[in-house]
Amino acid sequence: MSRTLSAPVTVAFDYTRSTGPVLGRFFTGLRDGVVVGGRTASGRVVVPPPEFDPETHQAITDFVEVADTGVVTSWTWVPEPVAGQPLDRPFAFVLVTLDGADASFLHALDVGSPDEVSTGMRVRVRWAGERVGAITDIGCFEPEARGFVTGARAPSSTAGATSPTAEPVTGIVTPVSLDYVYAASPEETAFYRGLEQGRILGQRCPTCHKVYVPPRSACPTDGTPTTDEVELSESGTVTTFCVVNVPFLGQRITPPYVSAYVLLDGADIAFLHLILDCPAEDVHMGMRVKAVWRPREEWGTTIENISHFAPTGEPDADYDTYKQHL
Amino acid sequence: MRDVAVVGFAQRQMLEFDGSPTCVELLVPLFEECYAQTGWTRRDVGFWCSGSSDYLAGRSFSFVQAVDAIGVIPPVNESHVEMDLAWAMYEAWLKIQTGEVDTALVYAFGKSSAGTLRRTLSMQLEPYTMTPLWPDTVSLAGLQARAGIDAGLWDEAAMAQVVQRSLTDAEGNDHAVRSGGSSVEALLAKPMYADPLRKHDCAPVTDGAAAIVLAAGDRARGVRDRPAWISGLSHFIDPMSMGTRDLTRSASAARAAAGVDLTGVEVAELHAPFSHQELVLRRELGLGGDVRVNPSGGALAGNPMFSAGGIRIGEAATRIWSGEVDKALGHATSGPALQQNLLCVLDADAFGKVA
Ligand SMILES: [Zn+2]
Repeated sequence: MSRTLSAPVTVAFDYTRSTGPVLGRFFTGLRDGVVVGGRTASGRVVVPPPEFDPETHQAITDFVEVADTGVVTSWTWVPEPVAGQPLDRPFAFVLVTLDGADASFLHALDVGSPDEVSTGMRVRVRWAGERVGAITDIGCFEPEARGFVTGARAPSSTAGATSPTAEPVTGIVTPVSLDYVYAASPEETAFYRGLEQGRILGQRCPTCHKVYVPPRSACPTDGTPTTDEVELSESGTVTTFCVVNVPFLGQRITPPYVSAYVLLDGADIAFLHLILDCPAEDVHMGMRVKAVWRPREEWGTTIENISHFAPTGEPDADYDTYKQHL
Repeated sequence: MRDVAVVGFAQRQMLEFDGSPTCVELLVPLFEECYAQTGWTRRDVGFWCSGSSDYLAGRSFSFVQAVDAIGVIPPVNESHVEMDLAWAMYEAWLKIQTGEVDTALVYAFGKSSAGTLRRTLSMQLEPYTMTPLWPDTVSLAGLQARAGIDAGLWDEAAMAQVVQRSLTDAEGNDHAVRSGGSSVEALLAKPMYADPLRKHDCAPVTDGAAAIVLAAGDRARGVRDRPAWISGLSHFIDPMSMGTRDLTRSASAARAAAGVDLTGVEVAELHAPFSHQELVLRRELGLGGDVRVNPSGGALAGNPMFSAGGIRIGEAATRIWSGEVDKALGHATSGPALQQNLLCVLDADAFGKVA
C-alpha cells in the first residue's frame, strides 16, 4: 500500500482573453480563411504577427496576407500525443515558413509516420471545419501533394469562409484542463483514515504543543514536524462564519446556508464545515456545535463522512476560550 | 557590491515522491540539513525565497502552504518566484545587496509526477498561438534538436556522447535518479522516441526539492573556510515564439556569458534537460575542452522541476567548498528550448571579482 492516499483530480478553467489589434487581426484572418502576418521595420514578414517589433519596439501596424502553403523548416515526431494537441494519433509538430513569410511558426502536420516528413517538404493548411477566430482554425498542416489544389491560395475557395463584413475578432476563449493524481501528505492521510473509522485525528507540535486538525506536515508556527497523534472531540465552538447567499458552479446545497470555522475542543486551529439543522440567522460566534455523521455504511476516507455540524443546545462558549483563534 | 557566498546546499531527487504536492514533508529535512551545515537556527535567516509552480502542484497558492516548513512566529521576511530555485536565489542575492539582510535561505520544490509533466509545461507558453496547440516540452526540444542536426552543428552521435558522459558521471551521484552510461554505440542502438530524440536524450521526469543558503561577508566566513563567493550573476531571455529564434543558438545564454567573467572556470554545471542543449550551451558560453561539464551527471540524470537549475549552482558550490576547484559555473534554464538562461559564477576568492 502506498504511504499516502491519492485520488485523481482535474483542474479546468476557460481562460477568456482579449486579443488586441494585432493578434485580433491575425485571428480575424484565420476565421475568414486567410493567414495574416506582420511586417517588421526590417521588412521581415512574421506569422503570427508580433505585437511589437523586436528591434524597434514599435507597434506592428503593417499586415500582409501570406499563402496557406509553405515549407517545413524543422520537425519532431509525437509518438504519444497528449490531450488537447491538434491530432489524437501520432503526428509531427513542425515549424512551417509560409510562402510570403520570412519566419516559421509552430503547428501540427498530419502524416502517418516519421518516414513521411522531412525538412524542406511542402505543406499546406488544412482548415478546421468550423472556424471561430483562433489558432485552432488551422486544424493542422498536410503534405501539399495530398491537397486537391496545389500552389494556389484562394480564400473564396475555402469552405465556409465568413463574410468580410463580419465583426473583427477581439477575444478568444482558451479552455485549459489538467489532470493530476493528487496525493495527501502522510499526516493528512492519517486524518482521512481516521475519519473512515469515525475518529477526528489531529497532531500536536512537540515544540509549541499546539494541536492541528487536520494535521499538517510541519507546525506553521515554528516549522517543527508534528508528531504526536491526538484524537479530538467531535464537539466544538463556532469562531466565525458566513452565510452563503450566492449560487455558484458546483454548489451542492441550496442557499442560504452557513459555512463556519469550528474550533473542536482540544484543538488549536479551527476547521471549516457546514452548520445546518437551524435557521441560518441563528448561527453566531461562540455557538456550541457537534458533528453529525452520515450513516456508517456511507463512510469513506473523506471529510464528507461528517455531514455537517449542528447546534448542541449548550450555553455559548466564553469568548476568552476562542478569542485567540479568530 | 557586497560579497555574497553560497554557504549551504541540500537536495532531494526521486522519480516519484509519495507525498503532498506542497512538499512540506520534503522541505523540513532539507532545512534541517541547512541548519546543520551553517550552525544556524531559522532565526539566523534574514530572508526566505522560494521557487515553485501552482500548475505543477495542481492547486493554487501552493507555495503558501510550503511556508509551514519555515515556521513563521515571529513573522519572517519571505518571497516567492514562479520560477526555478536559481531565480529565487537571484532575488535573495539582490535582497542582500540592498543591505537589508545579511543571510538568506532559498528553496524550491515540485512534484512533476502529479500530472503529465510535458503537457503541464505548455502552460508556460504564449497563451494565444501556442498553448492552445498543447505543444509538449519534448516536442519543442525535438524541433530544436532537429534544427541543429539539419544545420550540421551536431548529430545523433554527439548527443549520445553527452548522454554517455552524463550518465557515467551520475554513477557517482547519490541523488541521481538515472545513471549508467553504457556506450555511445549502445545508446545509438536504442529506438527513436520523439524523432530525433531517444528517451535518454530527455531528462527523466523527477520530483524533488532543494535549498541554498546565502550569506554576506563575515557571515559567510563564519560558516565555511572556503565559501563559494558569487563573483558574477547574469540572466537574459529570448523571444517566446519558436519561429523567430534561431533554435540552433541561444542568444540569451551568449548575452548572459558576456555579462560575467568565465575565464578560469574549471567546472561548469549546465542545466540542459535535453542532450543537444548542452552542446548549444557549451558553444554560447565559449567553454573550452578543459572545462569539466556536469560532473554531477546534470539534468539528464535527474531534473526536479523548479529545483534543477538551482541544484546546478549548489553542485558547483560544493566543489569550491571542498577545494577541488577555485572557480565554477552554475547555469539554470527555463522556458521552451533554452529560452531563459541564468549564469552564476562561483569563486574561492571573494575580492575584486564582482563588477
Ligand atoms: Zn509548533
